[in-house]
Amino acid sequence: MLSWLPEDISTFGPKIDQLFYLIYYITSATFVLVTALLLAFLVLYRHRDGRRATYTHGNSTLEIIWTIVPALILVMLAFMSKGQWDAIKKNAPPADVEVSVTAKQFNWEVRYPGPDGKLGTDDDYQEDNDLHVPVNKVVHVLLHSKDVIHSFFVPVLRLKQDALPGREIVVWFEATKPGEYEIPCAELCGFGHSGMKGTLIVHDQAGYEKWLKERWPDKPAATAQAPITTAAQRG
Amino acid sequence: MSQAAVATAAHAAHDEHKLSFIRHYVFSTDHKMIGRQFLFLGLFMMIIGGLLAMMVRWELAWPESQVPFTSWIPEPYMYDEHMNPAFYNSLFTMHATIMVFFVVMPILVGCFGNFLIPLMIGTRDMAFPVLNMLSFWVGAVAGVIMLSGFFVPGGHAAAGWTSYAPLSDVPTYSGVDWGQNLWCISIIVLGVSSLMGSINYITTIVNMRAPGMKFFRLPLTIWALFIVAILLLLALPVLTAALGMLLFDRLAGTTFFLPSGGGEPLLWQHLFWFFGHPEVYILILPAMGIASDILSVFARKPIFGYRAMAFSMISIAGLSWIVWGHHMFQSGMNPTLGSSFMISTMVIAVPSAIKTFNWLGTLWGGDIRFTTPMLNALAFVSMFVIGGLSGIYMAATPVDIFIHDTYFIVAHIHYVVFGGSVFGIFAAIYFWFPKMFGRMMNETLGKIHFWPTFIAFNCTFFPMHILGVGGHMRRIYNPMQYDFLHPLQPINVFITISAFALGLAQIPFVINFFWSLFAGPKAAENPWQANTLEWTAPSPPPHGNFGEIPTVYRGPYEYSSPEVEEDWLPQNRRLEGAVARAH
Repeated sequence: MLSWLPEDISTFGPKIDQLFYLIYYITSATFVLVTALLLAFLVLYRHRDGRRATYTHGNSTLEIIWTIVPALILVMLAFMSKGQWDAIKKNAPPADVEVSVTAKQFNWEVRYPGPDGKLGTDDDYQEDNDLHVPVNKVVHVLLHSKDVIHSFFVPVLRLKQDALPGREIVVWFEATKPGEYEIPCAELCGFGHSGMKGTLIVHDQAGYEKWLKERWPDKPAATAQAPITTAAQRG
Repeated sequence: MSQAAVATAAHAAHDEHKLSFIRHYVFSTDHKMIGRQFLFLGLFMMIIGGLLAMMVRWELAWPESQVPFTSWIPEPYMYDEHMNPAFYNSLFTMHATIMVFFVVMPILVGCFGNFLIPLMIGTRDMAFPVLNMLSFWVGAVAGVIMLSGFFVPGGHAAAGWTSYAPLSDVPTYSGVDWGQNLWCISIIVLGVSSLMGSINYITTIVNMRAPGMKFFRLPLTIWALFIVAILLLLALPVLTAALGMLLFDRLAGTTFFLPSGGGEPLLWQHLFWFFGHPEVYILILPAMGIASDILSVFARKPIFGYRAMAFSMISIAGLSWIVWGHHMFQSGMNPTLGSSFMISTMVIAVPSAIKTFNWLGTLWGGDIRFTTPMLNALAFVSMFVIGGLSGIYMAATPVDIFIHDTYFIVAHIHYVVFGGSVFGIFAAIYFWFPKMFGRMMNETLGKIHFWPTFIAFNCTFFPMHILGVGGHMRRIYNPMQYDFLHPLQPINVFITISAFALGLAQIPFVINFFWSLFAGPKAAENPWQANTLEWTAPSPPPHGNFGEIPTVYRGPYEYSSPEVEEDWLPQNRRLEGAVARAH
């Protein structure tokens, strides 16, 4: 069933998928066990003339076993999850590239800092729905919303984060494969929710530099790299 | 237990002789009639909620095509039988709202709570019969208010059954005006109904149990309803408060949930889910109790681990107050808080596991009769297992990043609420119909209803897991707008066809229900040879239920006891020379 997962092109994605697989194996095994026992009991203990059910009110040893074993498995899953959760949502590595994404009914407004590496200055560049990033670089996305709650979902990155009006939420990713991928909105945001989508364009290094040059033709490529240094120093 | 209360109720019963039609069928204070009223309300609403789902499914399988049989729906909801996306949002919002608040709650809690509590604990009526009558009629008014929302300009609420602010908070964001207001008002009114019901249930169970009916001799159905009443008493007021704030934001210009005025959108989610997670257990616990009782009756065996079953329900109820944040992992809530909610969520899976293994233990060594109620109870167990296991994926926060707000969640909720609660409802209706209406339902039609329902249910909802794994978002109107969802579209078509089959599979149930109501064979007092007290009353029980209040000598699950020759031993049968046992 998990072969239906979309392609995985983020650095933390494979770890999420591994956990997904682990839980899949554990729950499938449990399901098979329980269903097999259920069916076996239904066949073995079906009504027959002269049969009388075993008179028992339970068994404390069994109760203890089937309390402790699931508890241990679940606590183990919780601790495995916590480490990855912290790495993805709490302890972001320093940014190579920073970009602001503001959700609004029904577009993603993408704002690039430009050569000075600072958002909110004159050389910022803004466009709707296209998010250009370099491959193999840590990208920080500063998420905002202008109206309702939206959710920034990039299936191939295994990344999802709600964008809330009135706050800034920073998410990060590092894409490992150039290409164009969809960015659907995953939180109901009104009548145009369906179809609210952007495109993540992951460039290889040369392609990214070319894109920067086209966008800011007056600036030398070295300066265009500025956000990388500033953000890294801040990080 | 209060002898005085029993005596009062007995008095009330003797006063009843010939009641007018209105006092008997409309404004009745008899808990059994009120239970039946809740049942009819719930079944009527189930038809509406089901039809809404059919339209949602059509749209997902064949997006933006002509929807058959909809030419009567006016613009702007449908344009020449083509669905407006805003109307689509109303459809799934109202499907969920109706199913949760006006089908599962009225039937499991309203109907079976009312009908079964006095009968199973051995008393003549609820502690507050008039309050009980009010509870139904206030609930019915809530239903009328909710349905009226379909007829106001701007259409019905379209912000999802969770109504996240600010989408639900500002009319221009959703395009919905009075629809959303009526939605809020209806659920506030329903909250009043539920409050009256829950106070009544708690008081009745605490004070009016028959002599000898100790807490640990209560059937698990009553344990479940008792716990649910406490959850309702504490959870609904939180929702009511949140809805009041939402209404103030919409009508009075406050900004509780609007950041532009210093409010906080996440506050709505915290309040909603603080109610919402106990609510999930409100929907499933009664079905757990009902399935436990029915499994024991038809396995002709005591329930395995009675106390473990009771304590696991108590711990589910306790833990349900500290897991709400697992609905909000991706909401922008502090990720550290996410980790603590993950751990509490993993822990709450343990009591559910305990219950599942105890159900298996109950079947082991039994003498199993495959009646229609039993088949539905077994379906409950097996489907609840899938719904429970799929919950673990969401509890694991990193996996939830991907599957949150996808069809994986839709699959999960339907395995729990349809696979769990609704199969519980069917099991309960087939099981208690003879007591409720004095006639037997038809077993053959029951099986013709069960098997197609069971198969179509799985064909409808299991593939939704696959959609979720593929990244298919919830609440989208046209999956074909996304390139990455194109390969999944054949699954959507399959699901929709299965959903139509699931809808058609309910026809034998409707036929069986109404045919049996008027023409079914007369039911004996105890057609299933069950132990609990309701089966010692006539079918259907008269006003006042019992000729003489029964005395309870033992627990409800003494099947195949070595003390007697038959394989059942009613709770109220006095055995000469035998010591009444605690179990």
